[in-house]
Amino acid sequence: MILYLRLWFEFFKVGLFSVGGGLATLPFLSDMGQRTGWFSANDIADMIAVSESTPGPMGINMATYVGNKMAGILGGIVATLGEIAPAIILILIIARILKQFKEAKVVQNIFYGLRPASTGLIAAAGIGVAKIALLRLDLFHKTGAFMDLLNWKLVLLAAVIYITLVKFRKHPVLYIAAAAAVGIIFRL
Amino acid sequence: MEKNRHMPILLELYLLFAEIGGTTFGGGYAMLPILQRELVEKRHWTTEEDLMDYYAIGQCTPGIIAVNTATFIGNSKAGWLGGLVATLGVVSPSVVIITLITMFLTNFADLAVVKYAFDGIRAAVCVLILDAVIKLGKKSIKDKWCWIIFLAVLMVSLLTDVSPIWLVILSGVAGCLLKPVADRSADKKERISASGKVDGDATGGDAAGADRNSEKGGKA
Repeated sequence: MILYLRLWFEFFKVGLFSVGGGLATLPFLSDMGQRTGWFSANDIADMIAVSESTPGPMGINMATYVGNKMAGILGGIVATLGEIAPAIILILIIARILKQFKEAKVVQNIFYGLRPASTGLIAAAGIGVAKIALLRLDLFHKTGAFMDLLNWKLVLLAAVIYITLVKFRKHPVLYIAAAAAVGIIFRL
Repeated sequence: MEKNRHMPILLELYLLFAEIGGTTFGGGYAMLPILQRELVEKRHWTTEEDLMDYYAIGQCTPGIIAVNTATFIGNSKAGWLGGLVATLGVVSPSVVIITLITMFLTNFADLAVVKYAFDGIRAAVCVLILDAVIKLGKKSIKDKWCWIIFLAVLMVSLLTDVSPIWLVILSGVAGCLLKPVADRSADKKERISASGKVDGDATGGDAAGADRNSEKGGKA
């Protein structure tokens, strides 16, 4: 019981202090590992790998994974609920305030600036994914040849996906499933 | 909203966000293409603009962006209970899948098949994000000032470690300073082109406003 409460509380803190999502929870997790001895730096590397290779928000996957390792199925659920609790409370409050002030001139001016910024942040995140997905930086540093910089097979796959996406506009998950199949069949 | 319609809506919220959570690889940003399709284009529950506001707020408030966005949308659709249900929906698949993996597969991420699949999935995810960004950009970048904010935020977050919190706060301030300027030049443009015809096409008007702006900027 005490362990569940501690799990809940520790992950409540992670949810409360990590701003920005995804890998933003990482520094708090390594701090937690050092303080509680629940898991090591190696475990964290494993956690990241598993969280990235399964669907769902990374922060949630990490919480479930740690909770599970520590205290079984219920531990995973408790840790996850702890992590999402602060965000739910805060967002519900903000949503209420936002509703009241949405028409105010100053709020509209703020959002005039926020929307392109939000787009820019998402574009940067997308470029971050593209860097990992399509470039082979380690090989490029070794050989220095431009042809080695890009993973051409994956660039080709990305191009094909983009063309079919624009043309057919099917559900995104279809493209993800197809890309996974292509990856396995052709061993990209 | 009528009380008797709450139950189906809560169920729909839960199932929809469970589907989103279960088909999203890589977190909040990768969720965007599915949100655009399911919420904006199919159900008309929200607009691209509102979606961007949620993301912007999600960036600078604590918590995982996917959770913040789910709470926002659920709340706007069916009150606080809706926010709660949507959030539980978005995390449910993770909890189930990770629990199964920790129970049955010890080296899941090391499996060759998983690695090959993820090489492909990552390529798809960056294409999907690119497509989502283009859609957002069409809505959010309305004139020269918006382009400046967009490019500045993009460059700073690509080249430095500055926290997104600061970028969001600074662009909010920039919006306060620049919106009146943008409005003034848009007004001027409208008066000039007021030849009886109503400017129905918003994007056309905005593009013209942007031209006006760049002329002004050139002189200043």
